[in-house]
Amino acid sequence: MPVKVVIPTPLRQYTGKQDAVQVQAKTVGEALSGLVSQYTDLRKHLFNEEGKLRSFVNVYLNDEDIRYLQKTETPLREGDVLSIVPSIAGGLALRCICN
Amino acid sequence: MALKLNSNLLAQIREHGMRDYPNECCGVLLGRARDGTKDVIEVVPLRNLRVDRKAAQEILPLENPSQETERNRFLIDPRDQLQVEKDARARGLEVVGYYHSHPDHPARPSVYDRDHAWPWYSYVIMSVWGGSTKDVTSWVLTGDGTRFESEEIEVVNCAASS
Repeated sequence: MPVKVVIPTPLRQYTGKQDAVQVQAKTVGEALSGLVSQYTDLRKHLFNEEGKLRSFVNVYLNDEDIRYLQKTETPLREGDVLSIVPSIAGGLALRCICN
Repeated sequence: MALKLNSNLLAQIREHGMRDYPNECCGVLLGRARDGTKDVIEVVPLRNLRVDRKAAQEILPLENPSQETERNRFLIDPRDQLQVEKDARARGLEVVGYYHSHPDHPARPSVYDRDHAWPWYSYVIMSVWGGSTKDVTSWVLTGDGTRFESEEIEVVNCAASS
């Protein structure tokens, strides 16, 4: 069924500048696989070498984090909106090597 | 690319850095990108989720939680981020970058900053020494993800920008 995947600004360079993409999928995992099959340069930003979703990538189904649903097995319904939310993290150097 | 913002917005960022000292503060830069410039229209201070160690660890685990705390690490709650992005989009704005502070450290990106950065976004870093802000810098990850490049911050006087 058709669902919308919302693409964050840093990844739009890999989706032809589109801020959202429609995919056909029954689960969250299928939707993400469909997305990276269509836009192959996205793959390395979303998945690690083992093909698992990278820990820096959060995926929300409507307003829920899929970590607290059934992860990539979470079923989708028509009209659902998936949002890719990049983890924003940082911090100072624990050992200051600046000059 | 250059990052353009007015002096009021820069003052808001500095105030947040001082308010949250000695913890790291963080927030989002909303605006529009065009012709090689990102115009920041609003800054939105957000909570550093690292103050809630259990919740933060579920979202993005730290390798060494005994040494890594809210004083030297920040993490934006993805739920807050999603809400801010939705609100921004409804007003025709987009997320052009993020800011955070380095308490008692220089405004230079760390290896940890680089390893967690995404392309395209502007990463504004401010140093806060003893509770007073000093340098404010901006950085963009290179396309290959191996390093940050410094980005010019163009501060527009509020009277001139209105």
